[in-house]
Amino acid sequence: MIATVINKAIAQGIPLLFGSTGEIITEKSGNLNLGIPGIMYMGGSCGVIGAYLYEQAVETPQAFWCIVIPLLASLIGSTLAALIYSFLTITLRANQNVTGLALTTFGVGFGDFFGGSMTKIFADGGNLSVKTTADYFKTTLPFADNFGAFGEIFLSHGFLAYAAVIIALLASWFLNHTRAGLHLRSVGENPATADAAGINVTKYKYLATCIGGAIAGLGGLYFIMDYTGGSWTSGGFGDRGWLAIALVIFALWKPNVGILGSFVFGGLYIAYSYISGLSRSAVAIFNMLPYVVTIIVLIFTSVRSKKENQPPQSLGLPYFREER
Amino acid sequence: MQNNDKHLHEPRIQITKRGREAMPWYKAWGVRAAAIVLALIVCAVIIVFLTGYNPIRVYSEMLKGTFGSSRKIWNTLQKLAMLLCISLAVTPAFKMKFWNIGAEGQTLVGGLAAAACMIYFGETVPGIILFPLMAASCMLAGMIWGIIPAYFKAKFNTNETLFTLMMNYVAMQIVSFCIVFWENPKDSNTVGVINRMTEGGWLPTIFGQKYLLNILIVAVLTVAMYIYLRYSKQGYEISVVGESENTARYVGINVKKVILRTMALSGALCGIAGFLLVSGTDHTINTNTVGGMGFTAIMVSWLAKFNPIVMALTSFLIVFLERGAGEIATTFQLNESVSDILTGIILFFIIGSEFFVQYKINFRKGHKEEKV
Amino acid sequence: MKAAIELKNITKTFGSVYANKNVSLSVNKGEILSILGENGSGKTTLMNMISGIYFPDEGQIFIDGEEVIIRSPKDAFKYKIGMIHQHFKLVDVFTAAENIILGLEDGKKFDIKAAAKRVKEIGERYGFIIDPMKKIYEMSVSEKQTVEIIRVLYRGADILILDEPTAVLTPQETQKLFAVLRRMRDDGKSIVIITHKLHEVLSLSDRVAVLRKGEYIGTVNTAETDEIKLTEMMVGQKVSLNIERDEPENPKERLEVRHINCISREGVPLLKDISFTAHSGEILGIAGIAGSGQRELLESIAGLQRLNDGEIFYHDPKSGKVENLRDKTPMQIRDMGVRLSFVPEDRLGMGLVGNMDIVDNMMLRSYRKGKSVFLERKGPRDLAEEIIERLKVVTPSANTPVRRLSGGNVQKILVGREIASSPTVLMAAYPVRGLDINSSYTIYNLLNEQKRRGAAVIFVGEDLDVLLELCDRILVLCGGKVSGIVDARATTKEEIGLLMTKLQEEGQNNAE
Repeated sequence: MIATVINKAIAQGIPLLFGSTGEIITEKSGNLNLGIPGIMYMGGSCGVIGAYLYEQAVETPQAFWCIVIPLLASLIGSTLAALIYSFLTITLRANQNVTGLALTTFGVGFGDFFGGSMTKIFADGGNLSVKTTADYFKTTLPFADNFGAFGEIFLSHGFLAYAAVIIALLASWFLNHTRAGLHLRSVGENPATADAAGINVTKYKYLATCIGGAIAGLGGLYFIMDYTGGSWTSGGFGDRGWLAIALVIFALWKPNVGILGSFVFGGLYIAYSYISGLSRSAVAIFNMLPYVVTIIVLIFTSVRSKKENQPPQSLGLPYFREER
Repeated sequence: MQNNDKHLHEPRIQITKRGREAMPWYKAWGVRAAAIVLALIVCAVIIVFLTGYNPIRVYSEMLKGTFGSSRKIWNTLQKLAMLLCISLAVTPAFKMKFWNIGAEGQTLVGGLAAAACMIYFGETVPGIILFPLMAASCMLAGMIWGIIPAYFKAKFNTNETLFTLMMNYVAMQIVSFCIVFWENPKDSNTVGVINRMTEGGWLPTIFGQKYLLNILIVAVLTVAMYIYLRYSKQGYEISVVGESENTARYVGINVKKVILRTMALSGALCGIAGFLLVSGTDHTINTNTVGGMGFTAIMVSWLAKFNPIVMALTSFLIVFLERGAGEIATTFQLNESVSDILTGIILFFIIGSEFFVQYKINFRKGHKEEKV
Repeated sequence: MKAAIELKNITKTFGSVYANKNVSLSVNKGEILSILGENGSGKTTLMNMISGIYFPDEGQIFIDGEEVIIRSPKDAFKYKIGMIHQHFKLVDVFTAAENIILGLEDGKKFDIKAAAKRVKEIGERYGFIIDPMKKIYEMSVSEKQTVEIIRVLYRGADILILDEPTAVLTPQETQKLFAVLRRMRDDGKSIVIITHKLHEVLSLSDRVAVLRKGEYIGTVNTAETDEIKLTEMMVGQKVSLNIERDEPENPKERLEVRHINCISREGVPLLKDISFTAHSGEILGIAGIAGSGQRELLESIAGLQRLNDGEIFYHDPKSGKVENLRDKTPMQIRDMGVRLSFVPEDRLGMGLVGNMDIVDNMMLRSYRKGKSVFLERKGPRDLAEEIIERLKVVTPSANTPVRRLSGGNVQKILVGREIASSPTVLMAAYPVRGLDINSSYTIYNLLNEQKRRGAAVIFVGEDLDVLLELCDRILVLCGGKVSGIVDARATTKEEIGLLMTKLQEEGQNNAE
């Protein structure tokens, strides 16, 4: 029982973890990308499109291509979305908040449109479902059943779940223990200083935003392939994109803390269904908790104003080196 | 020798911020108009790709969807009024450079207050007391939702963008919470139309048009906001604080007070929008009552350069796309989300076009000659 | 002695202004060279050309006898040149070691521990005390400077250029820095220090190169010169400007500043026990090296700076009452009926709102007047028109955003507004900075007009010639202290020049 709860909490947390890891990397370059919810939609829907086209094109889908094609399609879709944001905010120096919200509008529309109309455009209508592909995504470790509760909690997930944790750990390592990570952080903290030190600010911002977008997009892919089993429902992804941004704050811009945070958020998301005798009103309170906790964290860090726990200093601000 | 090297070093494209010689206004608006036209062309291409129909027909369908019948015109105007109302609400905060992206939540709690009044007093308290009471409680609710992040911003410099964003979802969950107690019929998990029989707490129909009152209220608010920002002392203080906190300090403006006051106003206006949505339009409440308009309003306000009159135009553009695309969706049996895609594309173009208004781009010519 | 760097006929212009004109000088190996000059004499620009920030319009640079082209700070590092700027370029949340290796692509494995070890070694070698793992935001100004210096050494610089390194240091810290610099010199490094403090030049350097108004005046051996000679080289002959000056009419005490002290948020003293009296009908000049406390002094009087100690008394000319302005906000000061006008140094960042038009900028001071919730634009518009006409402001209309006007016109608008309220005290910080000759004289005339009206005018200036001709008395600030108040009609440029640098020396002596 408790193992099932934890298993479900992890499954709920994985899309948030992808999203928050992507957003952390993006924000470390000083870009506050409020388009992340849209990007996650794009990532999910592009993956579905890829899978659908492949399933339609061949008689018997092969496991390898069933994994690779949606994966690539998802990465390409979310990277392109992040590229739009990067071009507008970095090259054209547009306002980050407005651009991000526009991207979310676009991305959510894109996802729901293709998720909803895909079959209408390419075939005879009906609901979009890529169950074959999804089953490959859901394939768990073969020996999971042999390990009892441990197996259920930790071993019975699709490969993307492990990828999420590994990517978050890698991101933590990258930010704190590599030269490029140091340079990236300096760009987000103080782009003028980074520029003076000979770091290509534009390049770092573009790369961080696009790679961050690609990672976040995988959250959408995981949700649609693994969590829902390959069928698209309009608006099914819900507010998970915003929850991912909340998780960034909750994790204090640290991807490894984000892992734990994502499980906590995921737990809060589903806890009500496992607590007997809970009324529906309490469900709403449970769903509110992640946001309330995030607000408390936000207030607490700004009151204590410990420098390490603050958002990157130039977050949200465009950088423009004035020529003399 | 060095001369040549120097020129090699200089970039070919030079970008400078327009300081003294800003673009004349007609050119600036020309650039923006060109961006919209370009965006509409791109949208047409996409629609043609998806439907295979003649783009002229597509746009005429869109016009039909917006203005096709008197009912559609009223619906368009109603939608426009709601979006405009929220856009007006966020504007003072933005002018102050306070990034309030919590309009969604502020409007929702306003609507929640309206729904509560309708449910608890709608059938007992007479209209003359009820409506002022509803308006006041909606404004108060929105105000509280706006002041909380403003207080922490003023006191501890807490990041207002993230704070207000989170407040949206807290508001949504509060609405879910209340729905449980108000649901009708039982176990439907919706509130249903409140006071369906008595229409208690419904904004009255005037001249036979149920949305007319909403539209008139928003029209008055638009003019009032224009006057407030341009001609009132408080509006002036907002501009000074937004432009330079140092100058504000220099002339003795209490910056913290202005932040709190302005966010209270911003929240209260959102509250009114919530009131109009619940009492004047839907007569019910759910978590999707505001339907993302709180976010769209931010873009409407920003695109209009915070000018309330221009905002009427930008919100019309958005509503036109939304309703027009809705029409295409029905006609061509596509998903309604196509409107979001089109809106997104248009926004990208307009957002991008600002660059060409704000910055001057010089291409360096004559490299070769100088080298000789 | 061999030249480490040699500059030949370097010229650099910004627009039509010469920042450096035909400058030739050399830096020897293993020496400390001071570059001496007043504010705006082109010292920093010249050094920026060596460190790759600017590229000279004309002239050549030789390193070890070979001609080189330096286009970027990276190029400069290639020739082992490193510059420590006045404004530190450090990332606050990073440790010292992280800042030091930031941007460095040395092809080696990224290893912060090894870097920290090297940082410590460099520190020990020259006598720095540094904790490589300490975060920048926990550091004092002098520690931050140490990080900057080590960053340059870490990259293997043999030529170090320091831009006004002592401006932010206490006397004790300055002594420590000098000891380190001497050790580096003995290690064979060449050190260039930009400064305008004479005593530092004399106590530290081997040779002194003097610049004045962008031109190279000469280089002398420190051992063969003294303060008087250097001051003469630095300030040059007195230039007659023909600014009119009347005798003060019936001067009365107007503003009395008594023992004020002010400490910055970081705990650095900004104003130390400042006392003076400004009289009606006179212009009191304030001279001093940039950053000696001028801004803080004016802001304290205007109610924008919190004082830690002392009083500011205002003698009301009408009622004869004496009011204490300390700890009053600008609003409260105005409500007390004190007509205090202030032309701040940062015109568009503080005095005016760049994106607002001239009319709306006129209202900044007066918009609160009256009970109405609405603005009254008629008065401000008339005022704007009047200022435009009277001061010959070049603008398309009164509805043009001030950001689009030229510097001189912006200043006319600002000064025009500030004197429109017929002030009893008028403070102006660097009101002619960046202005052409004609606009400057317009401003001088306006100040004189206010003086004749009986206002107490406080004028913060940087050009000594102007101060000497315009003012009645000159208060000289040095390191946040008053180092002297002199009669402008009787004093000389040299005397003021010496006062501007005097007090710091005493501080050092006390400290030792």
